[in-house]
Amino acid sequence: MADEREATVSSHDLTAPGPMELGVPGFSPTATMVDAELAGLEAREGLVPAVSKRRFKSLGWGFWVAVAIVGAWILVAIFANLLPIPDPNSVDVNCLVSTSPSSSHLLGCDTTGRDILARVLFGSRVSLVIGFASIAISEVVGGVLGLLAGYFRGSLDEVLAIISNSFLSFPFLVLALVMVAYVGRSLFDITLIIAILAWPILFRVVRAATIEHAQRDYVLATRALGAKSWRVLTSLLLPDVVPTAVTFGLVGVAVAVVGEGALSFLGLSVPAPTATWGNMIAQGSTSMTTDLSLLLSPAVAMFSFILAINFIGDRLRGVLNVRHGAL
Amino acid sequence: MSPKRHVREIIDREDRPLLQVENLKTHFDTDHGLVRAVDGVSFNLARGRTLAVVGESGSGKTVLSRSVMGLLPHQRVIREGRVHFGDVDLTGTTERELRDLWGAHIAMIFQDPVTSLNPVVKIGRQITESLRHHLAMGRKDAKETAIALLRSVGMPEPEQRLNWFPHQFSGGMCQRIVIATAIACGPKLLLADEPTTGLDVTVSAQILDLLNRLQQERYMSMILISHDLGVVTGRSDDVIVMYAGKIVEKAPTTTLFRETRMPYTEALLRSAPRLANASHTRLHSIPGSPPDPSGYPTGCRFAQRCPYGQPRCRVEEPPLRQADSPGHVFACWYPVGTPEGLQALETNLAHNESAAVALVPGEAI
Repeated sequence: MADEREATVSSHDLTAPGPMELGVPGFSPTATMVDAELAGLEAREGLVPAVSKRRFKSLGWGFWVAVAIVGAWILVAIFANLLPIPDPNSVDVNCLVSTSPSSSHLLGCDTTGRDILARVLFGSRVSLVIGFASIAISEVVGGVLGLLAGYFRGSLDEVLAIISNSFLSFPFLVLALVMVAYVGRSLFDITLIIAILAWPILFRVVRAATIEHAQRDYVLATRALGAKSWRVLTSLLLPDVVPTAVTFGLVGVAVAVVGEGALSFLGLSVPAPTATWGNMIAQGSTSMTTDLSLLLSPAVAMFSFILAINFIGDRLRGVLNVRHGAL
Repeated sequence: MSPKRHVREIIDREDRPLLQVENLKTHFDTDHGLVRAVDGVSFNLARGRTLAVVGESGSGKTVLSRSVMGLLPHQRVIREGRVHFGDVDLTGTTERELRDLWGAHIAMIFQDPVTSLNPVVKIGRQITESLRHHLAMGRKDAKETAIALLRSVGMPEPEQRLNWFPHQFSGGMCQRIVIATAIACGPKLLLADEPTTGLDVTVSAQILDLLNRLQQERYMSMILISHDLGVVTGRSDDVIVMYAGKIVEKAPTTTLFRETRMPYTEALLRSAPRLANASHTRLHSIPGSPPDPSGYPTGCRFAQRCPYGQPRCRVEEPPLRQADSPGHVFACWYPVGTPEGLQALETNLAHNESAAVALVPGEAI
């Protein structure tokens, strides 16, 4: 049976209409020799949408749930002041009697009488802004330097490698503490500090991807056609390294949010009374034995965001075929 | 043409060849020592002619072609000698200036067609890019030219194919696209570096015929690099046989096959399967492997593997010398088909030299 099926397939291929029969205008007889190849060509054509559809499906429903969670947090961060919640810094005297949840305070109040739900939702602003902005800065800095170092190599590469390695050789938190002491604690300062600490990782990822792609024949072929280095970098290598940079960047956002949380927990991020997930956890940990909700609410918020964004990065890495060992 | 993107004109005089290569050396300074990939190669190539470069893997063919073009790594490369292309001295030109020549006047086709195309860019843009860059064509003109080019390389329905990505084409079709890209700006010199290695035999013949036709139609000069002497037969005017970075024999194609002088060429010819042979005839192979390019032996570099090898070969390096036919040179002390060569072979046979014994026919299974 299998033989029979194979036979019909191959005879179909052989009888596929050649360019002459299709009446392609301006076709010279020399083109008839490509008939057989063309048959293979048509067969491949049918495959293309199927492949991309399968790719789309292979992301799985979990991916879309994760996207929904991250999307929801982004919307909350943007529109927090439009939500029907109390001001995160206003003190409700009723709460001083009882901090447990009520109709006016869905998650209850903290020990100073501020609404926990409002503080958790407003706290997302600090975490998300720092998470996304610091990684965006390091993507640009690390990405550009990584492309240049990976393509030109030589002394530029060596100097940048030494700089990035010396950054990476310090423990994250220790370096962050030192920089907070010197730079400051505003939202902008913390974003900048995390960006300074994160760019070496993205630099190394992009550099590795660039080196790998720069060895491919089409880069040489494009150079052989007289393309300038700038053109090779922007139109060939940049699109090639973007998937790698984006997937590692997403994981980077999660790490940056955790990093901000750690600083915040130590009281070294954006100063009080601004709500951040980190300083809420710190506050909640003091009353952990009596009231868990003050600790759990910000922790669950941070956990859901980090898990979701990690999941997105991981799925994308699988689908975009980014090598895990790129770092 | 906008004045900003000006393609330099090449003055190509009738009285001298388009490409003159004199004593070209290309050495790589590696951690394992100095690798002498190309070690003093000279040849001329006239307009409209095809020169084949043949040799084993590692004989320096690819490095030779890239060195002629100037497309070498930036660091730890030593390039000596002279390359004249028309009135331009390619050896004394910066890469910035070379870039104006690359694609516009000199183009190259690489071994693997599938990897020579950018996987994430539609082929239409890949072809029109150099037209727009070098010839400053408008979007519409470039598209029309690309369609005409694709048609000339035998691509059916080129209008639609422009919007396809490389992975939608077979290897043979990809090589046609690569060729269309290479000839887009009408180069005077086309370097084809084993253009059919990644393709199967029938497609490979089609691609070679296509290259031949385009070369004649467009009056291009072509350097066809191959490890297969069969590929170059009938498709080249002259053949250079390379071994260990040097030219060991150079002749017009028919002369090379009829009056082979260099034992290495003879060995290569014997290593090719022939239709006239009975089935199951054992193919000849050349014993041993090419010498390490970071430390060549003294004397003739082929001596260790040569069935004609004599003590003199291991001491004194044979220079390129003129054979009977015009344009035929070879480097050998005991050439094939001469009394000296025959005597050398008999001496070796008498001493049971392995390289010589392997040459004797009738050892078939």
